[in-house]
Amino acid sequence: MTKYKQIRIALNNCGVIDPENIEDYIARDGYMALGKCITEMTPQDVIKEIKDSGLRGRGGGGFPAGLKWEIASKNHADQKYVVCNADEGDPGAFMDRSVLEGDPHAVLEAMAICGYSIGATKGLIYIRAEYPLAIKRLKIAIDQAREVGLLGKNIFGSKFDFDIELRYGAGAFVCGEETSLIHSMEGLRGEPTIKPPFPAEKGYLGKPTNVNNVETYASVPIIIRKGASWFNKIGTEKSKGTKVFALAGKVNNVGLVEVPMGTTLREVIFEIGGGIQNGKKFKAVQTGGPSGGCLTEKHLDTPIDFDNLVAAGSMMGSGGMIVMDEDNCMVSVAKFYLDFTVEESCGKCSPCRIGNKRLFELLERITKGQGTMDDLQRLRNMSNVIKDTSLCGLGQTSPNPVLSTLDNFYDEYLAHVKDHKCPAGECKDLMKYFIIAENCVGCTACARVCPVGAITGEKKEAHLINSETCIKCGACMERCKFDAIIIK
Amino acid sequence: MEKVKLTIDNKLIEVEKGTTIYKAAKQLGIDIPVLCYMNLEDLGIENKPGGCRICVVEVEGRRNLAPSCSTDCAEGMVVNTHSIRVINARRTVMEFILSDHPKDCLTCAKSGNCELQDMAVKLGIREIPGQEYAAMSTYKMDFSPSLIRELDKCIMCRRCEMMCNDFQTVGALSAFKRGFEAAVGPAFEMDIEDSTCTYCGQCVAVCPTGALTEKDHTREVINALSDPTKTVIVQTAPAVRAALGEEFGLKPGTLVTGKMVAALRRLGFNYVFDTDFAADLTIMEEGTELLGRLTKHLNGDKEVKLPILTSCCPAWVNFFEHNFPDMKEIPSTARSPQQMFGAIAKTYFADKIKVKREDLVVISIMPCLAKKYEAQRDEFKVDGNPDVDFSLSTRELAHLIKQANLDFKSLPDEDFDKPLGESTGAAVIFGVTGGVIEAAVRTAYELQTGKKLERVEFEQLRGMESIRKATIDFNGTPINIGIAHGLGNARKLLEDIKAGKSEFHAIEIMACPGGCIGGGGQPLHHSDSSILKARTKAIFAEDEAKVLRKSHENPYIIKLYEEFLGKPMSEKAHHLLHTHYFDKSGKIEIS
Ligand SMILES: Cc1cc2nc3c(=O)[nH]c(=O)nc-3n(C[C@H](O)[C@H](O)[C@H](O)COP(=O)(O)O)c2cc1C
Ligand code: SF4
Ligand code: SF4
Ligand code: SF4
Ligand code: SF4
Ligand code: FES
Repeated sequence: MTKYKQIRIALNNCGVIDPENIEDYIARDGYMALGKCITEMTPQDVIKEIKDSGLRGRGGGGFPAGLKWEIASKNHADQKYVVCNADEGDPGAFMDRSVLEGDPHAVLEAMAICGYSIGATKGLIYIRAEYPLAIKRLKIAIDQAREVGLLGKNIFGSKFDFDIELRYGAGAFVCGEETSLIHSMEGLRGEPTIKPPFPAEKGYLGKPTNVNNVETYASVPIIIRKGASWFNKIGTEKSKGTKVFALAGKVNNVGLVEVPMGTTLREVIFEIGGGIQNGKKFKAVQTGGPSGGCLTEKHLDTPIDFDNLVAAGSMMGSGGMIVMDEDNCMVSVAKFYLDFTVEESCGKCSPCRIGNKRLFELLERITKGQGTMDDLQRLRNMSNVIKDTSLCGLGQTSPNPVLSTLDNFYDEYLAHVKDHKCPAGECKDLMKYFIIAENCVGCTACARVCPVGAITGEKKEAHLINSETCIKCGACMERCKFDAIIIK
Repeated sequence: MEKVKLTIDNKLIEVEKGTTIYKAAKQLGIDIPVLCYMNLEDLGIENKPGGCRICVVEVEGRRNLAPSCSTDCAEGMVVNTHSIRVINARRTVMEFILSDHPKDCLTCAKSGNCELQDMAVKLGIREIPGQEYAAMSTYKMDFSPSLIRELDKCIMCRRCEMMCNDFQTVGALSAFKRGFEAAVGPAFEMDIEDSTCTYCGQCVAVCPTGALTEKDHTREVINALSDPTKTVIVQTAPAVRAALGEEFGLKPGTLVTGKMVAALRRLGFNYVFDTDFAADLTIMEEGTELLGRLTKHLNGDKEVKLPILTSCCPAWVNFFEHNFPDMKEIPSTARSPQQMFGAIAKTYFADKIKVKREDLVVISIMPCLAKKYEAQRDEFKVDGNPDVDFSLSTRELAHLIKQANLDFKSLPDEDFDKPLGESTGAAVIFGVTGGVIEAAVRTAYELQTGKKLERVEFEQLRGMESIRKATIDFNGTPINIGIAHGLGNARKLLEDIKAGKSEFHAIEIMACPGGCIGGGGQPLHHSDSSILKARTKAIFAEDEAKVLRKSHENPYIIKLYEEFLGKPMSEKAHHLLHTHYFDKSGKIEIS
């Protein structure tokens, strides 16, 4: 018996019900929670229940959901909004999409519950235009809910009105940041603004707005139905409930997993994920999406929760989890992620706009063997300053892959800088093609195939590769029948 | 008002809730450097994107450094503005900014007056690590009749965008592209000339770097001055004399009329004249037009459209041609003083001194960049020869004076030449918001009522509020007057007119904050609004010091009508001093 188990809360109905049929959802107690809220609970009761449950935002920040609702409820205005963040911009992430495709009503129900508790009558779902199936199912779900009176006017015969509309995102990663998302919905440039004011004070069209992630909402109905005390028994002291992860990379079983908070990385990777592919050695796991950190062997027994991951130099993010093995060069990994953030920076603040580009350039130099010890020092300083001074969460976290690899894989950086070697053999520019003289019979096949004439040698004598001229195309190695050519 | 207590650099301070750390520190005499932040106090103009991150400070208990320009003080806050962590961060951020900035200071138009350069000096930047392999973001250059955009030097402070969109509501500038490639410009990266830009130059006035500068015409002026076949004359706008001294280290608000005239003479201009002369002329024409329309209106003529709008601000003219072409019949048809001057100079004056039109070069010194565009409008040319050949900004004049080795401060005070150099106090106040309408009222009142004004100052028309309203009693007839500075404020008044909600008989509009004294060609105010206020004071002081303070009393104007024009709005006056407007909305009219 293993001690871990997958518990399905957010993914409760996914794959179980027909998402295009509201009756299926209702048959599994759907909209019971909304009914209970409206008919038996005051808005304050609902907020208290969510607060007591300990539910924290699943979109990255881990902010207590109940507290957020409470703030929005206390800010008075003639109009308030409930917004669902379905932008899901992390490359490789698809937990929100799965929820929306598999259980759209859960999100609608939760948004209505939120609307009831904060005093909002309008809901907006900001969803990536690249999610056509999720959009289709949401549309069907909204129509069906309206038809049976679960959205619209006088829900459950009460005075409570609530309706939901869809808004489409153009797919920029930073539009998932809540202030940016709101500007994008307002038709403005999708770039963040300084908080405070938080959306709960001044959000969409300047009105109090509650923004939560898809998965956060999806956990709400079950909390109301089963009670806060059921939910808060799951998880760790400060992180309650479950979290969905998109497990990917060099593990045997890739895909979505939903585990209780507090499950260790080892359990997820080796038990649920079935360990590393091809029996290779585990090297690192990157959590938290493109700006998370790379954790190592020594973190494997860390129970996963919001605070532990941050303490270890990474973060929960929206739940990306990418496993790396011994063939992954960690400098290249950092460079890969920086490439993403450089592309996705909105350009508003200077540290993120320019600093990340400079980080990327330095990493590129290191992977080409042109880095210096000074560069390593600068890499760390620039990373710290970008984190310390950037305007929004993107820049505040984008150097994490650099810092965590510098912390955990410093030797690998040193090898690139001092020895001009890539231990994992991934950096092409540092590879050297080399002929083992003992194996070489002097057949001249390699010299004849080399497109740049980098190989010299007399017939029947050991040949030599001039590494200055060699363009590392690998043609010689492919041609040699005597395994005389290797990469060093 | 609720107060909060906090400590900044170990000093205790109590401030009103909502005060930013930057402002609170300022009260303590701590000058936190800012780059993107800009505030023109009392004018309601603030730029606070929180983008440059130069102003970061350490707030105890916070994970990250906080931008002091946009972080409010909170009770019990402990702020450190110069910890090593802050100094290192500020410097590193500055190195980032400079690493993507051309090192063109030697030839840059902003050099010596550049906020980025100053910041590099202040932070003691000596090298930019890694510059050898740092990529730079580059953009095409954009030239227009009034301004030049060199976005390689843009630091994304967004000040221009705020000015153009929020203050002017022109919307010609906005951020484009993302990340490292991001910069500010017209949509679809089109040229400014193809946009709805009015050439007000307010973006240039606030740009901290050389990314936005005026189109420089000093070279052309030097060429004209050195051509022996040409007679070169110059006119100077009222607002120039109240600001030019700043370029030579004089206190803002120092009037330098006499020294400016002396300098121009020493630069080699054959005649030094005053645009103020033409401003008096404008009042005669515009005032007569106003009275004419008003009388007809009051007599029940439904054909006559009111309010009448002033037309001496060329940026404002561009604005309504782009945005309110259906209302292009409402503004006065009177040309701006610059153009009236040019038209009179190249006819009446050219005849007088017996110089052929082609051999007379008219230069104007203006606080304004839109005047450069105006000068080259086709309707102000005769057979391709413009009434005003080149328009220089106040800043360009200062450059010329410096190049000529003139010690400006020790020049004697000299007088303008006659006849186009004589003016009244009414003309001087054209340089401030409300001044044109006050000048018009002084003349219109006396012409209409036949009475002499006891007091020529109309305090109710003065001030810095964005939109002002006043009712003047014209011998029993109340005349409602509106004043707006800033095109956004103008837009509000225009929307009201469009909706039939306007009660005004006459409205004065100036595109720039404070009027021409805050024009896009003036010495840079570096977001210090007290400079604009000091210039305003200087203008009113010049008015007060004048013996003649009403345009219709200008003897040379009287003479001009006697000898040449006949009377205001005459056939000849119409031909030379009035204009018509165009629909530039880009909409295709289907007839
Ligand atoms: C660069 C950036 C991208 C983000 N992308 C997403 C996203 O795709 N989906 C999401 O739910 N939250 C995203 N967030 C977090 C949101 O800003 C916000 O915190 C979240 O939607 C709040 O919901 P929660 O409290 O339920 O997590 C992003 C934040 C940053 C800084
Ligand atoms: S941190 Fe990056 S994404 Fe965020 S505001 Fe700054 S430039 Fe934009
Ligand atoms: S904008 Fe300023 S810093 Fe840049 S080149 Fe010009 S003077 Fe130098
Ligand atoms: S000159 Fe005026 S209208 Fe033109 S871009 Fe600049 S601020 Fe906008
Ligand atoms: S052009 Fe000038 S004012 Fe505009 S954003 Fe760039 S640096 Fe700032
Ligand atoms: S001055 Fe504060 S962020 Fe630019």
